[in-house]
Amino acid sequence: MNKPFGNIDAPNHVTGKSIYVDDIPVMAGIVHIKIFDATIAHGIIKSLDFTEAEQVEGIVKIFSYKDITGENQIGGIIPDEPLLAENEVHFWGQPILLIAAENEDAAEEAFHKIKIAFEPLPVITNPREAFAKGKLLSPTRKFVLGNTSEAFMQCKYVFEGTTESNGQEHLYLETQGAYAHPTEHNSVRIFSSTQGPTAVQKTVGRVLGVGMNQVEVDVARLGGGFGGKEDQASTYGAMAALVAFVLKRPAKCILHRMEDMRMTGKRNPYSSDFKIGLDEQYKILAYDATFYQNGGAAADLSPAILERTLFHSTNSYHIPNVTATANSCKTNLPPNTAFRGFGGPQGMFVIESAIDFAAKQLNISPTIIQQKNLLKDGDEFPFGQIVGECEAANCWNELVANNQLEKLQADIESFNANNKLVKKGYSLMPICFGISFTNTMLNQARSLVHIYSDGTVGVSTGGVEMGQGLNAKMMQVAAKSLGISTSKIKLETTNTTRVANTSPSAASATADLNGKAVQDACKQINERLFAFIKEELKLNDEAIAFVDDILHINNITTTHNWKELILKAYLKRTSLSAKGHYATPVINFDKTIEKGHPFAYHVYGTALTTVTVDCLRGIYEIDAVKVIHDAGASMNELVDMGQCEGGLVQGIGWMTMEEVVYNEQGKLLSNALSTYKIPDIYAVPKDIDVQFLNTQKDNLAILKSKAVGEPPLMYGIGAYFAIRNAVLAFNPNSNITYNAPITPEKVLMGLYSKK
Amino acid sequence: MIEFILNNKLIKTTQPSGSTMLDFVRYHKQLTGTKIGCREGDCGACTILVASFENGKLIYRNMTSCLMPLTNAQGKHIVTVEGINQAELTPVQQAMVDTNGTQCGFCTIGFVMSLTGFVMNETAIKYEDAIKAIDGNICRCTGYKSIEKAAKILIDKIAERPTNKLSWLVDNKFIPPYFIDIENRLKQINKTAETINQDALPVGGGTDLNVQKHHLVKQSVTNNLFDASHLKGIVVENNEVKIGASVTVTEFAESSITQTIFPNLAKHIKLVSSTPIRNMATLAGNLVNASPIGDMTIFLLALNAQIVFNTQRKIYLKDFYKGYKQLDKSPQELIEQIIFQVPNPTSLFSFEKVCKRTHLDIASVNTACLIQLNDNNTIEDIHLAAGGVAPFPKYLANTILFLKGKELNNDVIKEAINTMQNEVAPISDARGTKEYKLLLLKQLFLAHIENLINIEELV
Repeated sequence: MNKPFGNIDAPNHVTGKSIYVDDIPVMAGIVHIKIFDATIAHGIIKSLDFTEAEQVEGIVKIFSYKDITGENQIGGIIPDEPLLAENEVHFWGQPILLIAAENEDAAEEAFHKIKIAFEPLPVITNPREAFAKGKLLSPTRKFVLGNTSEAFMQCKYVFEGTTESNGQEHLYLETQGAYAHPTEHNSVRIFSSTQGPTAVQKTVGRVLGVGMNQVEVDVARLGGGFGGKEDQASTYGAMAALVAFVLKRPAKCILHRMEDMRMTGKRNPYSSDFKIGLDEQYKILAYDATFYQNGGAAADLSPAILERTLFHSTNSYHIPNVTATANSCKTNLPPNTAFRGFGGPQGMFVIESAIDFAAKQLNISPTIIQQKNLLKDGDEFPFGQIVGECEAANCWNELVANNQLEKLQADIESFNANNKLVKKGYSLMPICFGISFTNTMLNQARSLVHIYSDGTVGVSTGGVEMGQGLNAKMMQVAAKSLGISTSKIKLETTNTTRVANTSPSAASATADLNGKAVQDACKQINERLFAFIKEELKLNDEAIAFVDDILHINNITTTHNWKELILKAYLKRTSLSAKGHYATPVINFDKTIEKGHPFAYHVYGTALTTVTVDCLRGIYEIDAVKVIHDAGASMNELVDMGQCEGGLVQGIGWMTMEEVVYNEQGKLLSNALSTYKIPDIYAVPKDIDVQFLNTQKDNLAILKSKAVGEPPLMYGIGAYFAIRNAVLAFNPNSNITYNAPITPEKVLMGLYSKK
Repeated sequence: MIEFILNNKLIKTTQPSGSTMLDFVRYHKQLTGTKIGCREGDCGACTILVASFENGKLIYRNMTSCLMPLTNAQGKHIVTVEGINQAELTPVQQAMVDTNGTQCGFCTIGFVMSLTGFVMNETAIKYEDAIKAIDGNICRCTGYKSIEKAAKILIDKIAERPTNKLSWLVDNKFIPPYFIDIENRLKQINKTAETINQDALPVGGGTDLNVQKHHLVKQSVTNNLFDASHLKGIVVENNEVKIGASVTVTEFAESSITQTIFPNLAKHIKLVSSTPIRNMATLAGNLVNASPIGDMTIFLLALNAQIVFNTQRKIYLKDFYKGYKQLDKSPQELIEQIIFQVPNPTSLFSFEKVCKRTHLDIASVNTACLIQLNDNNTIEDIHLAAGGVAPFPKYLANTILFLKGKELNNDVIKEAINTMQNEVAPISDARGTKEYKLLLLKQLFLAHIENLINIEELV
């Protein structure tokens, strides 16, 4: 029907016409906001004096917590985070004051005239230390299947170890920001770069002390989110709204990159213990894992992230006896938050390390253990859900066959035997990722579809376009549901006055949830429209439908077209607008017993990563990543391929070069793009080959096209093990630990270390 | 008054000469296609094209507008994405759309501008050239593979590009017709900035200054060194290479003189920042910044370069550094020229650099070495420098002293490494622990000589 298209904003993106928050033409009287933040990770504010700062020419007002008209509280899950610090600060970069100025230079000058003194308190940056001191953000969670203590006694082999995975800076190219202006009736309108318009709305309502109906949030698009703007965009939305609300002037708060990096949370680092038991045939009988999540100074989304770590603690494997324990530890880092994968990658890194460690001890390839334990239909996950429509073995087998794994293994061995200072390594990385918010309540969405009297269509959803191609998919769903061409359809901004009570665009579920809500709205319109057409054309039981804007009766083309019939329907007073609603059926989860059926379905896949390590310099190149990915019946291969490639490279970044560094005082050292490196065009695998496992199975995915946002990130974990294997090929006695990312430093130190 | 052409419009502005081009186009001209990603030249979201006359020819190069002082636009053509937009998408834009080379879109215009600069550069024809053009553009969404595909489409398109290309580029809608007349229009504008106030803040390409002292620069009256004609050019006289202080890293890399002297120059320079930064960064700027890990400083130290000030005082570069950011230079002194002996053709020059990310990153350790062996495998002459191992760029005098006149063998190298490890004092920071930097220095020294001696037993 339509030529393949990717992101529908692409023509505007390439011409610079797409509008981001800082591009919105501002109203006269705009006030610029600069945040004055803590320069200590934990301490009491002994004195604070901004009288001189407030005298700087161009300063409108300096806001402290005392100027907050509602509640000084922005915690989403748990109310444990103030918008502005009161007497104590809990992380370096915590906002204390808001400088509202006529221009940025004045704000900058005032910033340096604020006098503050702290009384330092002990700083904790390590989650295990926090745990030992009883500092938890939320209660410990435990998933149990079978009985591990009994099962370990049946095991022929038992291995224990520890792993570390570091955080990850989101590095959305567009920094956090919001632009707000006061509206009538004591209300405020906010243009926010957020994945969660309702989260911003709710937070602003609370901070201002007004109803949600006095807060309008509008989102055109994001210059990247990746989870970093799921919860934390609310902070800056609330700041802009507060200043606009109090001063009755438009206000804008756009973070400088270095402010964004030091003030916002990142992917949660994890420190973990594992114990794995296998039988003689390398079947995993028992697995114990304890996770110490570095949550930072406030809960933010960490408790939910922790939960997903547990859901993915056994990745793509069936293990009959599992005890997985997870602690969300309170430290003095900025509150860590959602990041693509949402705790899943951290859990998977541990089980993959455990398997790798077992294989190394047994002197076999980890692929033997991985393959032998892959999930299959009927297996039980540690949280009680039964595996169905499993594609784990299908993906694995197709990948192994396509790439002649045995020959590849032999080639690498031979290469390594013949080269002293250059070594190759490879790894396989299967994934299994559950689709749905693990908080069942969030699995709902709404849409608003208007058909205008000229036949053009406007579609609003609760989903946010952040580059993932959501709007392309929503346009496809609407076009297919109505039987019209995509050129007639426009995707509107996401606005809380058009679609209320939205769930954030997260959990890979945005297209599924909002797409089904669009289908529902279109169905309602079709029912009314078709009733009108039948009456108008004097039809009875004939099957009618639009195909490419033309009315078909009993599958036969007619001379009636969409535009003509819509106008007639309108003139006959037919309602051509509808609100759609969708709530995912089947899913449930009982936290009191940690059992249920939390996921609508799972996404599977396997990646084969090959790398070359320069053992003189300790640097590496990723030669190729070959993937078989379970996309279901992809409804937009350009978009889905973009998600796979982009997610994979982001995962590789997390596992290789992206290193979040805090010093012992809790100050971020990797605080700019010059010290925090994400993959550039030379760093990506020379060859990325993603093949879709095309399946047409009945599932809860929109148009059978499975969710694709997060799962591919976890293929990147394969890069860690491939590089590690090459290091061990050079130095079998290396003391290299399971500590990601595997930076050039860790590689070189590993190459030349001794056990 | 600064005068230049912005897209199709003549601009005469009294904005501070040190303010950035990025702020000017976004907030004074409302050209919001150009994005703010990092304000330190590390992401490329603010990439623009800048055209100036090089040897009489108008050449377009990509630059990061966040670091470009407004004064450096004097007499030039500045092009933002709005300046290439036409009724239909340009072939560059269309290629990015067709390959889904854009997701969130925030980095996209940077890629579009860099690739447009690439198709306008008639010496660039290969796929590698296209990738090099976008090596300063960071994308967080796509994983770059779709953008690589867009680059491949463009390679096919420019295969038929004739040498006299401006009209071809216009005919094929890469750029709008107004570009044809730009050269003539620019000739009406003074090429150098209006006043050079000796008390003003000396500014070269701005690539370090605007990262470190942005708030100072943006409000300052500047002394524009970037386009000062007496600071440009590379010549050889009396077996000495003489380089103007404001020669950019790109000019250094593209000179036939340096390319002849350093056969691996392209490989070395690829490790130094990115194309847009190299297009702006001056050699003298790298020297006076005194960063302990300045790439070109290390490069020049290993050539035992000398620097000549505007006072005509001449010193060895190795004597220029006295401590962390401490220089043998009075505030009034400005570097005018960099001089080094043409190395003996039988000598070997090597530059090594390792960082977290191989390209567009600051070194954990960088090092350069010029070594000449005589027929008896004895080290006739050697110069060796390393960055990231001392408070300033380190000329490894003790190691050099030890190695000079010695036969090149395993024992000598082992002892040289000992000497080297004792004359440096790296610190642990975001770029690595001191233990790592010490080991890395050893490894990279071995890399320098890997073609002269079998290093397998030495690692």
